[in-house]
This record gives sequence, structure tokens and C-alpha cells, in this order.
Amino acid sequence: VYHTLLFLHLLSAFIAFVTIVMFGAYVLGAPMGKVGFRIADISWNVSGAGLLIFGIWLALYVKSYEIWDGWILGALALFVAASAFGAWAHKGVRESLDGSGEMSISRIAAWQWLRTLSIVGILVLMIWKPGA
Amino acid sequence: MSLLAVVRPDAWDLPLFIHVFGAMVMVGSLVLAASYLFAATRGGSLEAINAGFRSLLYAALPAFIVMRAGAEWIADKENLKNSNVTWIGIGYGVSDVGALLIIVATIASGLALRRARRSEGSGGRGAMVAASLVAVLITLYVVAIWAMATKPT
Repeated sequence: VYHTLLFLHLLSAFIAFVTIVMFGAYVLGAPMGKVGFRIADISWNVSGAGLLIFGIWLALYVKSYEIWDGWILGALALFVAASAFGAWAHKGVRESLDGSGEMSISRIAAWQWLRTLSIVGILVLMIWKPGA
Repeated sequence: MSLLAVVRPDAWDLPLFIHVFGAMVMVGSLVLAASYLFAATRGGSLEAINAGFRSLLYAALPAFIVMRAGAEWIADKENLKNSNVTWIGIGYGVSDVGALLIIVATIASGLALRRARRSEGSGGRGAMVAASLVAVLITLYVVAIWAMATKPT
């Protein structure tokens, strides 16, 4: 059970990086069509659900972890932050693709890099597990 | 079992982070490249082939190097370099084949880009070859992720 949960949790994290890379490429000047935007959008939603469900399941399953451990609470806080930053970046790119863009590319880039930092921060917490 | 699985010496953390971070950026870059290259095969623009080629050359390939360097470092720390364990074999196998496929896909997309620039049309067969190779790569890396997480013996 542990290894299956870990695989699904890890796979969700890899899928999150699909969105991180696709939006990152866009703010660096790469083109993004509606299909690319849709792939990035679906990846973000699927990975978010997977990270949360399998992450919490793992925390409950592994005896040496508690859901209120500092590194897990920190990861959850960063997850909420990444979701908020991601929502702003998503809004900016969607409006840009629709041609109704009000948000500048530099503003979209700022939200995107904040989301990227939050996700990398979660990865750091997952590997170093401070206090565990 | 689950307790043993999560205990890891602190000295392994940095190489593991580099390995996992490189792998995540690499897989993300491969999906990005696939989205451009498959668009190019459906009569997409020169811009799509160019973006697919650049995604492979400037993102997937460097990320592969970071992933592999991290893999070598963590394998050295864990004394697993000459291990016959199945999951290590799968990891190195996918990595070796993956390196070859990334290079071939990059060359194929580069040639498709050159041909498209000359004829001012789609990359045709080259873009299709590159897109197919990238799809195979993504599948192989999902298998590698499974092997790294479940560690089959």
C-alpha cells in the first residue's frame, strides 16, 4: 500500500511540473495555443487532487508521520499559496489567449514564478522533512 | 516496512533533490515538446516545430543531464552503482535508452525545422518521428517513476 500511495503521490508531483514547465515556457516567450493551455490546466487540476489525496493518505498511513508535523503543515500552506498564485497566472494567460487580456506579461510571469517557487518549496520539504 | 522506507541519512537529501527536480523538469519539458510537435504534425506552423525543437534542446536535454548527474550522485552515496537490484536496473535502463531517444528526437525535430524553413510548410515526417519518440519517452519515464517509487525486487 505504501509504495502504491508513494507512486501516485510522486506521479501527481510530476504532473504538476507539466504545468510549471508549460506556463514557465510561456512567460519566457514560447508560444501557447489553446490545446497547450488546456493540457497545462488539466494537469494542474489532476496533480492538485492527486497531491492532496495521496499526500494526506500517506501521512495517515505512515506511522512515523502525523498530519500536524511542521513539514507537512508547511507543505499544505505552500500548496494553498501555489494554488492562489496559479489561479492568477491561469487568469492572465486565459485572458491573453482570448484577446481580452488586462494583465501584463510581467504580472503573469510574477504569479508564475511565485507558483514555481512554492512548488519547489514543497519538494524541498518533502525531501528534507525538517523536524521529522 | 513503511517506517524503514522513510528513514534516510541527511547526506542523501541534496543528491536526491537534484535527481528528482531534474527528472520533474525533464518530464514537464517532454510533455511541452510533445504538445508542440504533435501540433506540428497536424499541419501546425513553423513556430510549433521551432518551439518543439527548442523545448527538447534547451529544456529536456539539460534537465536530463541534471537528473542523471543526481542519479549518479545518489547511487554513489547509497553504494548502489554496481547493484543488481531490479529497480536500479530499470532506472539506469530507462535513463540510457532515454538519453539516446532524446538526442534522436532533438535531431529529428531540428531536421524537420530546417526542412520546414526551406519549404515554408510543415515538418512532415521529421516532426512525426520526433513527436512519436517523445511520446515513447514519456511512457518510459512513467515506468521509471513507478520503479523508483515502488522499488520492485
